[in-house]
Amino acid sequence: MAKKPLTVNGKRVAVTYDDPQMPLLYVLRDDLGLHGPRFGCGLGQCGACTVHIDGAAVRSCVTPLSTVDVSKKIVTLEGLGSPEKPHPVQKAFIDEQAAQCGYCINGMIMESAAFLAKNRKPTEAAIKDALANNLCRCGTHARIVRAVKRASARV
Amino acid sequence: MNIQISRRDALLGSGALIVSFALADSLTGAHAQGAAKPLALTEVDSFLAIDKTGKVTVYSGKVDLGTGVTTALRQIVAEELDVPLSRIELITGDTLLTPDQGTTWASVTIQVGGMQLRQAAAAARQALLAEAARKLGTDNLTVADGVVMAGGRKKVTYGELIGGKSFAIKLDPKQPVKEKSPKDYKVVGKPIPRVDIPAKVTGRFTYMQDFRVPGMLHGRVVRPPAIGAKLEKVDESAIKKIPGVVRVVREGNFLGVIAITEWDAIRGANALKATWSKSETLPDQAKLWEHVRASKVAKEEEYGKTGNTAEAMAKDGVKIIKATYDFPINTHGSIGPSCAVAEFKDGVLTSWSASQATHALRKQLAQMFALPVEKVRCIYIEGSGCYGRNGHEDAAADAALLAKTVGTPIRVQWSRADEHGWDPKGPPTLMDMRAGMDAQGNVTAWEGDFYMPQQTPGGFLVPLVAATLAGMPAADHIAPGNVFQNAAIGYKFPNTRSVCKRLETTPFRPSWIRTPGRMQNTYANECFMDELAAAANTDPLEFRRKYIDDKRGLELLDRLAALAKWEKRPSPLKNADGAVAKGRGVSYVKYELVRTYIGAVAEVEVDRRTGVIRVPKFTLVHDCGQIINPDGLKNQIEGNVIQTTSRTLIEELKFDRSQVTSLDWASYPILKFPQVPDIVIELIDRPNEKPWGAGEPSAAVIPSAISNAVFDATGVRLRSVPYTPAKVLAAMHAT
Repeated sequence: MAKKPLTVNGKRVAVTYDDPQMPLLYVLRDDLGLHGPRFGCGLGQCGACTVHIDGAAVRSCVTPLSTVDVSKKIVTLEGLGSPEKPHPVQKAFIDEQAAQCGYCINGMIMESAAFLAKNRKPTEAAIKDALANNLCRCGTHARIVRAVKRASARV
Repeated sequence: MNIQISRRDALLGSGALIVSFALADSLTGAHAQGAAKPLALTEVDSFLAIDKTGKVTVYSGKVDLGTGVTTALRQIVAEELDVPLSRIELITGDTLLTPDQGTTWASVTIQVGGMQLRQAAAAARQALLAEAARKLGTDNLTVADGVVMAGGRKKVTYGELIGGKSFAIKLDPKQPVKEKSPKDYKVVGKPIPRVDIPAKVTGRFTYMQDFRVPGMLHGRVVRPPAIGAKLEKVDESAIKKIPGVVRVVREGNFLGVIAITEWDAIRGANALKATWSKSETLPDQAKLWEHVRASKVAKEEEYGKTGNTAEAMAKDGVKIIKATYDFPINTHGSIGPSCAVAEFKDGVLTSWSASQATHALRKQLAQMFALPVEKVRCIYIEGSGCYGRNGHEDAAADAALLAKTVGTPIRVQWSRADEHGWDPKGPPTLMDMRAGMDAQGNVTAWEGDFYMPQQTPGGFLVPLVAATLAGMPAADHIAPGNVFQNAAIGYKFPNTRSVCKRLETTPFRPSWIRTPGRMQNTYANECFMDELAAAANTDPLEFRRKYIDDKRGLELLDRLAALAKWEKRPSPLKNADGAVAKGRGVSYVKYELVRTYIGAVAEVEVDRRTGVIRVPKFTLVHDCGQIINPDGLKNQIEGNVIQTTSRTLIEELKFDRSQVTSLDWASYPILKFPQVPDIVIELIDRPNEKPWGAGEPSAAVIPSAISNAVFDATGVRLRSVPYTPAKVLAAMHAT
């Protein structure tokens, strides 16, 4: 077993592993007990596992542990905000009631938070393009777009 | 009706039974106690308990499949009892604690389950008021926030009145308790924000996929590369290098790997070398519809018969119009693959899963392991959206089989390929329609033949994959109950007959996916209705109105016409030219002929060069009677529109002779953000009517509205779902 320090949600943590190819998702969920990033496909196709690495939205299910180190700032949905102090994007999702089962919502929020950080006042079409590789099966898309639009006025 | 003290008081008063199902330790404690909480549908105590602090615990056999319906259930109870929403704790789908209110399906959670809760709450309130009257010495009482007041000064709380004691009141559906008048509603009918969303958007929610128990190991199943293949040889040498792998489990054709970590279980399953026999049980997909048509008919069921269609069609001067429609095999496509945890301890199997039917699953697991049903407890934990019987029950069986073999609690989460490949499927459905029309354009006869899997005895238990593979006891049948619904039509033609040809076999384990059968059947009926309107050279909305004699249905269509700014004219548009053809189509249904009314107008754009269909807008009017939560209702309708637009335009399971080949999102794509339509919804609220279901009905009208709009735009009739660009181009070239 090897050990490695990581920076997750502003804290330094030590993780143990024996396979450097293990995707980051399993470290976050199984070793650190985080519930934000979720397993959806393991193929980088659906976006449910999205986290931020140095501010960029990344698919943690296809990010080998070997490619991250303590210098990278990893932020998950939990690190973005809390029920008491939600991030503006999380707040907008609550205000728009933008969830059905909510399983994909981690990816929707992480993807749009990274997008809005670089794109002020995006058009509706730009929001839809930004989320084009995040899948939702319940059909919550209309609300998600409204939520991102609402958040864009606050971020 | 006085509040009686029974021998259960100590149990309920102890609080031991009222546990949060997120806490595994508490659950085990409660279970070990073996206490019998009432579960009968005829007892108030089965549904409700109020402790000394006034906290209301509601026990619901109906669960939340990701629709948000449990917020609506809380509203119903809060309203009827006059308690704040925040004081309600809801426990769902636990076979030890919640009554068997039937599977969570068919859009009946509010219509049936919610109304059972409303009755229990009304009976409880009545008893509480009677006791308060005795205590306060007057029956001139008011209630607010769980506090009963007499003239503003004397008061007593629910907690003081019942505090942990049982109600011991019987419920009799034949003699319903008087409920609150809708004119006094303060909570029901309001867009109360969902209780689960803040936790879900901040990563604080515990989904089934997040659930863990102490001492748990991870299991992964290795499915055969072909349905029906036999496991011939297993070579474990490659997995010896993986330190976390504990063991390989082999039971007949069931193969699994147990490991300390989830990743090692996955690595182990991937590394394991298994040899399987060849098996080709599936039909040639290119000839699927010939296969369906040639399948043996186990039973013919006749619905909606009036007059004599054969005679009417044989009459002189009657024009016969025919059309055949098909709807392909779909997968549920939950974003989170199925997951379950199981534990065998002291002869008792505890199964945690996101099953929509924990009481039914309990019976299946008991049968599988030859256990008395009392020795199995199934506990619901919300998972990824479900949309019908997907893989959750199978994951529960996988976990149970592995846990039984290894002796420790086991968690199983399926891979994406497991989910796409092995969840039971929405079966292929074929529909032949015929009608007779007289010289004036009146429909004189209507016939439909609907090819769908048979409903086997029992009808609702899909065999568990693990039991089948391991050769363990299982009810060996295909199941799809209720898919005949909406084959019969509500239009008043003089001669009608709908026949469901229930097929003995179907290519995959058939199951139910949102609006099962009803959507496919309505698709054919409402497309064919449009074909008849065109044959009669009549506006399709007006054509429908002519044959509806139902006031609510007519009102809905009138409101839909106004909302969609419907232009009265026959289809297709004659002047359609240019690169992009635009059109509109209407569809309408009264769900199962007896409940929710729904009408939809689709607007489409068809690219003549590429054959790509865009659906920029859907307009809908919805009448499900009394609305509990209008925002939750809109959320469901939006979901139905988007999910079913996806199924109509894109989705089709692919397979070879051995197995499913569309095993990921690239080979089984679903609608993405840029393709999603704008949705305009008008809700008709009828507070004084019964609340009907809304989880499914609006899906029923989506495929036909799109097909009818494409016809309006192009003059081309699309009858085979999905409407791929290739099919659209072929249809346009054929005309």
